[in-house]
Amino acid sequence: MPEALLEVRDLTKNFGGVAALSNGQFTLRAGTVHALCGGNGAGKSTLLTIVMGIQDRDGGVIRLNGREVDFDKPSDARAAGITIIEQELSPVPAMSVAENIFLGREPVGLFGRVDFATMNHNAQELLDSLSFDISPKTLMMDLTVAEVQLVEIAKALSYDAEVIIMDEPTSALGEAEVDQLFETIERLKAAGKGIVYVSHRLSEIMDVADEYTVFRDGRFVADGKIADVSREELIQMIVGRPLTEEFVKENQATSEVALSVSGLNAAGWVKDVSFEVCKGEILALYGLMGSGRSEIFERIFGLTQDEGGEIQFFGEKVRMATPSEAIKRGVALVTEDRKGTGLVLDADVRSNICMAQLEELSVGPVMQSGRESAAASRMIEMFDIKTPNDRLPVSGLSGGNQQKVVLGKWFLTEPKVLLLDEPTRGVDVGAKREIYRVISDFARAGGAVVMVSSENDEVLGMADRVLIMRDGRVSGMLTRDELSAEKLVHLAA
Amino acid sequence: MAEAASQNRDFKALAAEYGQKYGILMALILVCVLLTFANEYFLTTRNILNVLRQTSINGILAIGMTFVILTRGIDLSVGSVVALAGVVSASLATTSTTAAVLGAPYFAAIPLAAGVAVGLACGWVNGVIVARFNVPAFVTTLGMLSAARGMTLLYTGGKPVPALTDGFRYIGTGSILGIPMPIILFAVIFLAALFVLSATRFGRTVYAVGGNPHAARVSGINIRRVRLTVYVISGALAGIAGMILAARTGSALTQAGIAYELDAIAAVVIGGTSLSGGVGKVTGTLIGALLIAVVNNGLDLMGVESYYQQVIKGALIVAAVMLDQARHKAE
Repeated sequence: MPEALLEVRDLTKNFGGVAALSNGQFTLRAGTVHALCGGNGAGKSTLLTIVMGIQDRDGGVIRLNGREVDFDKPSDARAAGITIIEQELSPVPAMSVAENIFLGREPVGLFGRVDFATMNHNAQELLDSLSFDISPKTLMMDLTVAEVQLVEIAKALSYDAEVIIMDEPTSALGEAEVDQLFETIERLKAAGKGIVYVSHRLSEIMDVADEYTVFRDGRFVADGKIADVSREELIQMIVGRPLTEEFVKENQATSEVALSVSGLNAAGWVKDVSFEVCKGEILALYGLMGSGRSEIFERIFGLTQDEGGEIQFFGEKVRMATPSEAIKRGVALVTEDRKGTGLVLDADVRSNICMAQLEELSVGPVMQSGRESAAASRMIEMFDIKTPNDRLPVSGLSGGNQQKVVLGKWFLTEPKVLLLDEPTRGVDVGAKREIYRVISDFARAGGAVVMVSSENDEVLGMADRVLIMRDGRVSGMLTRDELSAEKLVHLAA
Repeated sequence: MAEAASQNRDFKALAAEYGQKYGILMALILVCVLLTFANEYFLTTRNILNVLRQTSINGILAIGMTFVILTRGIDLSVGSVVALAGVVSASLATTSTTAAVLGAPYFAAIPLAAGVAVGLACGWVNGVIVARFNVPAFVTTLGMLSAARGMTLLYTGGKPVPALTDGFRYIGTGSILGIPMPIILFAVIFLAALFVLSATRFGRTVYAVGGNPHAARVSGINIRRVRLTVYVISGALAGIAGMILAARTGSALTQAGIAYELDAIAAVVIGGTSLSGGVGKVTGTLIGALLIAVVNNGLDLMGVESYYQQVIKGALIVAAVMLDQARHKAE
């Protein structure tokens, strides 16, 4: 067996008492592709950011070529021969492809003048060697997302590293580009490099990887050779334990349709989506990141423009042209990005809770502060929000309590249909259960719930039916009887 | 012992909290106390009324600016709007036959309404361009700064509008119970702004849009309307300030209000309103405007050359914001 190139043992990391990673370990051998597998929150990203020196570790050992290493910053890791292709692209749009590739290490001539001729020449050679058909003089802003991703890949490879980490490198690529990337990976393997490959797309892992390590909930689960494992076995390891006691589900779907959507288009690329959700029902929208789930919510809630298709609310055809129309009709949207679109962080708990209900809490133009305060107290009690008083800025609350403030804001509007986008993201287990309890109670009382979730467990535990999305289209519908983790992953990937 | 130590700590924590909340107010009081001892003239009714009257124009502009800055915007055009509203209203209130338009002079209410209307119109144009066409506020209002100044010069042919009627001049020179009208107008506008920002639905939406426009939008708030409205408010208040200025001096000058936007922004920033929006109070702006005026007045009284005053004001603005930053970091 070839020697270990990169070895990680017993890596731990805690965030405010919560363990994001408790025994991170894997071994990467030269000339192989090693897949890191696991769901969201499994600890893969935490592990990689520690390896690259972006975050500190709380414990554990990392060895590169047998020597212990601890990098302070990513440039140290690169100097030692580890490079990463990050999931989040970070191009400088107004600069050329060559300038982006050699950013911060431009070849210089006399008096420190950038030697553009050499730079463009080197970039051209690099792109040619990867057979990426992109001109080094093109501006990044004129490229497609897939091409930008290829440039990022070229940039990472230009460091000529021993270890190359690829974090979801294909998330923006089409099939042809994926093939190009795989050819490149084969060449890198032949040259004796080690590649860490992270992807949610299992078929890619089965194709390209030699070995795997599975993480779940921040713990190491298993490792081995891809040749010795089937796709089904791998899914079993990723999905893992039985999940009954974690969830609260006491609702009973009725046959009265609350919200029905047919032939809906959104965001320019989500096409022809149809579904309906009944009173008392929890419908899950399942799919990979970028499959169009959030875009459907944004359209239904009036955040984006009408692009065709019909929305019916309790049998009545509605336009949903603005969020305020949606709210008035009784739709609530808990967005995916709590800090970006859910809360005003500098504002206090009370103002955040009352924000979607200003008209009802005022007489004419004047707010009724007594009623505001009473409304806030009611929601703080209902969700058991842990805050000393309602005048504290929400930035001072924990993630779970912040999420409860968002839910409080929407429950105050007394919605009939609740749209939940990743309602438990970044929330600890205790608060998760309380949120499930509230969702279940809402549905049991006759509310309709549409829930976007990437967490298999959550979908399996909460949903009555699951609509599966893929590349902006519906790719399947499963009832609760047909549900299984295997089917979910198969249909989405 | 332990109890004494914990009491001491409580006291320190309390002092820190009050320092945070009332830092600028304490600075204002400190400056006033120092000036009272340094100069026997400072704490006289006449001087205090003088300071307040000097504060009123910048204060009115700064109140409008507070609304705009709370929504993450900026209004650089207020100084030019002061001049434009001044000349337009004055041209309807002048007894000079060469400067009068449309058979002026009219009864004071008509030129006053015209001045407010000019301010509203400029603010509305700013607001539409910012809110609907998403042009950065800095650029939009920089354009209006230039355009409104140009319109002022076109309207008057570059000449001042003199000889205003007594009725019109009342808002600048009149007084009620010994209190000059500019101070009364400033006080009324301040109280109205205080009420709007702290007690009305619109006030809540201003803070929400400034704090996080995306979250405000998802919460059903019409963020375009809120943005538009704050520029209209700022423009209207600039119109009022422009008329007070013309009424006080007795003629409307085309070069009136140059660089006034900077003093208004300074008062808002010294008063603790965050340029990144969502945080701040109009009481802070009042204190900021007073601090600038008191410091200027004190330096005048002590016979410090006006060139130094500009340097000191500059230092004051930067120091106030540095203090604010340090406070945020400590949190």
